[in-house]
Amino acid sequence: MLTSSRPQVDHWRAFRDRVRDAGRDERANLLATASAQVRRDVLTMIERAGLGHVGGDFSVTDILVTLYAAVLSVEPAEPDWPDRDRLILSKGHSAAALYATLASCGYFPATELATFMAPLSALNGHPDRTKVPGVETNTGPLGHGLPVGVGTALAARLRGSSARTVVILGDGELQEGSNWEAAMYAAHQQLGSLTAVIDRNGLQQGARTEDTNALEPLADKWRSFGWTVAEVDGHDHAALADVFSASTPDRPTAVIAHTQKGHGVSFMTDRVEWHHRVPTGEELALARAELSR
Amino acid sequence: MIESTNLRPADRTMYDCRKAFADELATLARADERIVAVCNDSVSSSNLAAFRDEFPDRLVNVGIAEQNMVGVASGLANGGLLPFVCAAAPFLTGRALEQIKADIAYADRHVVLCGMSPGVAYGQLGPTHHSIEDLSWLRAIANLPIVVPADPTQTRAAMRWAVSTEGPSYLRIPRSPVPELFAPDTPLEPGRFVPLTDGDDVTLVAAGTLVWRAVEAASLLRIEGISARVLAAPFVEPLDEAAVIAAARETRGIVTVEEATVSGGLGAAVAGVAARYCPTRVRVLGIPGVFAPTGDVEFLLEHFGLTATGIADSARSVLADAGR
Ligand SMILES: Cc1ncc(C[n+]2csc(CCOP(=O)(O)OP(=O)(O)O)c2C)c(N)n1
Repeated sequence: MLTSSRPQVDHWRAFRDRVRDAGRDERANLLATASAQVRRDVLTMIERAGLGHVGGDFSVTDILVTLYAAVLSVEPAEPDWPDRDRLILSKGHSAAALYATLASCGYFPATELATFMAPLSALNGHPDRTKVPGVETNTGPLGHGLPVGVGTALAARLRGSSARTVVILGDGELQEGSNWEAAMYAAHQQLGSLTAVIDRNGLQQGARTEDTNALEPLADKWRSFGWTVAEVDGHDHAALADVFSASTPDRPTAVIAHTQKGHGVSFMTDRVEWHHRVPTGEELALARAELSR
Repeated sequence: MIESTNLRPADRTMYDCRKAFADELATLARADERIVAVCNDSVSSSNLAAFRDEFPDRLVNVGIAEQNMVGVASGLANGGLLPFVCAAAPFLTGRALEQIKADIAYADRHVVLCGMSPGVAYGQLGPTHHSIEDLSWLRAIANLPIVVPADPTQTRAAMRWAVSTEGPSYLRIPRSPVPELFAPDTPLEPGRFVPLTDGDDVTLVAAGTLVWRAVEAASLLRIEGISARVLAAPFVEPLDEAAVIAAARETRGIVTVEEATVSGGLGAAVAGVAARYCPTRVRVLGIPGVFAPTGDVEFLLEHFGLTATGIADSARSVLADAGR
């Protein structure tokens, strides 16, 4: 099990306070800067490992960064604090983006990122809660996060805690039936503290979701299951922060975040092959240049 | 050591059997209009792009929905088609286990379940993506032959066998690299191991990606004057009981080798037969009841002693226990 990095935790706390005190535009700027750093880290991790899922990492980065820097009540120095908010990354193949974000909060030293997928590393290709502080459950097989999230939210209520649970899902992942079993039960249980964020990048592994097994009308599906639905630009940090601060007490909320696979790097944006392609030489240089602007 | 005619001359070009799989699927589909491919957003990981281009109407991609995928395949068979269900082995077998049991095996459907990239082929992607439990899970289900090809030749033979045999089957299609091992006309029969080397000291029974390493282990042992009988086990179910009994009688111990957990797979099957008919020392090599650490395939196989040297070490220790 990795352990937290004190200086980084202090830095993250100060950053979080700045984000909270900032006006809307400045908040967006601060979060965008943090997201660019996470994307650069992800790129380096994938370059070293020679493997990874860069497309889905980049579509979910702004969501992760906004949650950890502006929304969630967590304590990276005490990752098991019982009243913490829980974030479950159900699309576990985006582990690199999660690891880079957790490192930026100080859950573990950023130097560990260099071991991504290396032999005996804690940083497996899919998140493992027994090795990485801040990871709430093991994911990787799609369709597991939401049921675990429902149980987590239910436990908080039974314990009288106001902690919230956020589950991030891939849009392709929603083709797994387990999600809809969980969605139905979350509404039945009136789990107002549960938020499902759908990374709606429109692509899955092999093609567009709408050409494979169409999801639309997606918002209506969630509504008909008894959820409150919000739609947002998943790369607009200020809008994301606003959406996450609203909630309905007796209904779970689905946030449909409209994103692009590979967002942040022009030649990866909305291109299905970047689901798990690994950039080489010139591509890396170009990507780094774009992420450093 | 007599090398059997089943062995090709050693050539260490390594293959990903998904290539042979894709070529053979197209060949079979050209000859048999009933054949359709069914998958779960896995066109690239199952190597189905060429199939899709040649037979666009005969690829059923249900999206990321494995339980639905297997149920749909059962229905397609009900409608007179012959589905090859192609999906990453851990999700095909784990997620859709009950559909495999009820809709395929119990319903006796002629459906070919193809578990792609099994064992620890997905290395660094971790235990959720390792398919080491599939053999144990599926062995518990009646009416489901389990074929674990060891090279491209045996992959093609397994597919032809599955088409020609009414009823369900599970084919475990390797991704971890293997050399061409078998001579092209090596027979593939249910319930029959394929002898690769002769020997009377110890028997190595291996399946899938580790068969060639067992052959190399036998060469290592030969230099030390230990003669090892190597048996390839393309069928884990039904098992070649006669060959196990003969090995138990004629050699002083058995080592089994598979890219799978030691709980309930080939090794457990072999040990069970030996215990019933002719008790002998059986050492079961595989993943020993743990989730693997992070690492690529080669690192993990080394980590768990699933190399020629590791297999030879186990053979020596079986013989030591047997009082050699
Ligand atoms: C149960 C299961 N089936 C298949 C896979 C293989 N797989 C990994 S990622 C992926 C595509 C996911 O698409 P989506 O949920 O839209 O994620 P994103 O596009 O955001 O990366 C697939 C099919 C898996 N991990 N789990």
